[in-house]
Amino acid sequence: MRRSVVFIGYVLVLAFLSGCATPKDYTAFRQHAPRSVLVLPPLNESLDVKATYGVLSTVTRPLSEMGYYVFPVAVIDQFLKENGLPTAGEMHQIPLSKIHDIIDADAVLYMSVEEYGTKYIILDSSTIVRLNARLVDVETGNLLWDGHVDVRVSASQNYGGGLIGMLVSATVNQVVASSTDQAHGVAAQANTQLLTTSGQGLLYGPYNPNFGIDGQ
Amino acid sequence: MKSAILYAGLAATLVLSGCAGSKSIYYWGHYEENLYDMYIAPDNATVEAQVEEMEADFENARAAGKPLHPGFQAHLGFLYFQLGKFDLARRSFESEKAAFPESAVLMDRFIKKLEG
Repeated sequence: MRRSVVFIGYVLVLAFLSGCATPKDYTAFRQHAPRSVLVLPPLNESLDVKATYGVLSTVTRPLSEMGYYVFPVAVIDQFLKENGLPTAGEMHQIPLSKIHDIIDADAVLYMSVEEYGTKYIILDSSTIVRLNARLVDVETGNLLWDGHVDVRVSASQNYGGGLIGMLVSATVNQVVASSTDQAHGVAAQANTQLLTTSGQGLLYGPYNPNFGIDGQ
Repeated sequence: MKSAILYAGLAATLVLSGCAGSKSIYYWGHYEENLYDMYIAPDNATVEAQVEEMEADFENARAAGKPLHPGFQAHLGFLYFQLGKFDLARRSFESEKAAFPESAVLMDRFIKKLEG
């Protein structure tokens, strides 16, 4: 009995590890080798109205540091709004040929936010950001890469253990959460993990010194 | 400043980017903070306030010896445009184009708009 429990645990750990290590196919990515990426405001499937811009505001940095030219997200957002596309949903419908002619991006990053926000459980809270992303080649419409990330940060992870510590942290976090958006910090982490994790994220772009020497 | 979770997130970001074995290429300054505030807390990110911070970031980047990140000059140019400072706007759009030729089509479009 005990041995089988250990065995099942072992199998679960293996399944988890191999789940993480599933190799991505970068053939199309290498073939098209984009230099520039247009990031459109993410679709919001969460219940928090802050999700779209909480995520959009933290995507430029990891993407640029990976070596890509990233079009200025707020300028693009404003530009598209002025041209009759008031929502992220409408922006995601722009034909690639138009993106090519007007912006001349090599690739478009389409994102959606599945979950964004902080949940309160007795004596603790959990801040969750869950994202989906697809990188599409503008000229051909080919999918270059897709990814998914689920980041959860528990308030009790940030304080010492013990019941008093948990009580204090739950109180502190409820006070803090009323005036700030904790998911914003977690969104930065989620974007970094999504785009830069070796073997799962993007290949390096031309402005990164590691360009062309990816292990993937 | 904000919350423990924000710091934890930033710390994890640093650790993760550390794992990638590369130091940051660009100087980032207030960019992400301003982007967020523009939409979520617009009182903290008026056009004037953003310009002031970005002009300071421009100097800080130079002092740190790091290049300005993609979109910095385009964003600043867009702010100058909103303030009616068209000469400065044009100069910023030209700088973005010079640093990142990938932006040329869009920057030329904005420059044309300034003239139009």
